[in-house]
Amino acid sequence: MAELAGATTMCIGIPGQIVALHERQAGNAWADVCGLRREVNIALVCEGEPEALIGCWVLIHVGFALSRLDEQEALETLAALHAMEEVEADVALFLGAGEAR
Amino acid sequence: MRFVDEFRDPQLAKTLIERLHQRAELLPYSAKKPMQIMEVCGGHTHAIFKFGLDKLLPPQLEFIHGPGCPVCVLPMGRIDACCEIAAHPEVIFCTFGDAVRVPGKQGSLMNAREHGADIRVVYSPLDALKLARENPARHVVFFALGFETTMPVTAVTLQQARRECLSNFSIFCQHISLMPTLRSLLSREDVRIDAFLAPGHVSMITGIAPYHFINQEFSKPLVISGFEPLDMLQSVLMLVDQVCQATCKTENQYRRVVPEEGNVLAQEAMREVFTLAGSSEWRGLGLIEESGICLTEAYASFDAERRFSPQAQSVADDPRSRCGEVLTGRCKPHECPLFGTGCTPHNAFGALMVSSEGACAAWYQYRHQEVSVADKPQQQQQQQKACQDER
Repeated sequence: MAELAGATTMCIGIPGQIVALHERQAGNAWADVCGLRREVNIALVCEGEPEALIGCWVLIHVGFALSRLDEQEALETLAALHAMEEVEADVALFLGAGEAR
Repeated sequence: MRFVDEFRDPQLAKTLIERLHQRAELLPYSAKKPMQIMEVCGGHTHAIFKFGLDKLLPPQLEFIHGPGCPVCVLPMGRIDACCEIAAHPEVIFCTFGDAVRVPGKQGSLMNAREHGADIRVVYSPLDALKLARENPARHVVFFALGFETTMPVTAVTLQQARRECLSNFSIFCQHISLMPTLRSLLSREDVRIDAFLAPGHVSMITGIAPYHFINQEFSKPLVISGFEPLDMLQSVLMLVDQVCQATCKTENQYRRVVPEEGNVLAQEAMREVFTLAGSSEWRGLGLIEESGICLTEAYASFDAERRFSPQAQSVADDPRSRCGEVLTGRCKPHECPLFGTGCTPHNAFGALMVSSEGACAAWYQYRHQEVSVADKPQQQQQQQKACQDER
């Protein structure tokens, strides 16, 4: 459990870029987060056709895209998260959750 | 200013700090009676301690650390109810990781797990939903905890569960609404808050309109702030400028992420799934009117409390700790008699010590050593020397 001690209810999100829609699960997409591909739910950022989200940057919180970001902002936020040492722990969780599935 | 060098743009940070010091001279506050700025978000609290932002402020300004960490305001009785539900043999109880170590009267979820309860830490509520699909003979309960940032996520998960007609999935709802809490804090006579630094990601969902009562009814300035140290310094400067100009309004420093109207899709999902549940108990703060959230009738079958009827637990906060005073800015973490002795991050007595976003845990992580060495000057010199050697 220690490895998951950082999985939190806190409100910080991580920027990721939507790279493809999920083949089987409607409402889900694949996002590139710091070079790693992860499944995210897009129900809360998808106002029109889901295809339009491909290439978009989003802020991801507990597996959900919560807000769209412009690329410059996303990159700056990532740099800041790295500086705050938050990103490693969160990215580890993001991937760790994949193993638990 | 050793902290400033760690900022993304040290030069901009120095400029902001200089300007803050100049503008603070014009404030109707003093070092003796500083302008008390409450940061409401636990992420902000963590950043303040990590980057030593409070030490960069002019003496006329002071941060007080608000109740913006969902784990920190989680009452003991609710943890006991979780443990009771988790003890049912058919239940798989899923929670975010930061809730497992929060002590209830009867111990934490971690303790319950040691006693055989099937408790699993998940990253997302969707992980819990997946467990329900994969384990049709079990009942999966997700501990839904958090403010408006996490609420729409639970809502979408339940919408999905309903579409799939999953009957072996439910949530234990401990969602809480931020605005009634701010109203309650402002209404208390023993709490002085002069301005608010409002949370970025809650606002990303709610938009800025819900904050207006703070300006209109209580005449306090408020700035929605990002999480980077530079964001926060800029936000503090915006608050100071408001006071200097004798105005009070809701300003949005985090415009690049927070749209004025918030996330409309998220608001719709929340309206469909949740409704106000009257007053809710907050650890350290007592009952707060209209801050509780429960499921709407359409989603009542997903309510774990309806299904398992755990005993209603009301557990008074332990009088030895001063969590409530820390939460309302009336006491600094290290002034609590239990701090660092009876209450540490490894063996937390109060919830503010459990979460890394809690004011006590942040103080312990970044300040504890400084406070203890300040009492022992000789050690302090040795410490400094050791730090220099490390560099």
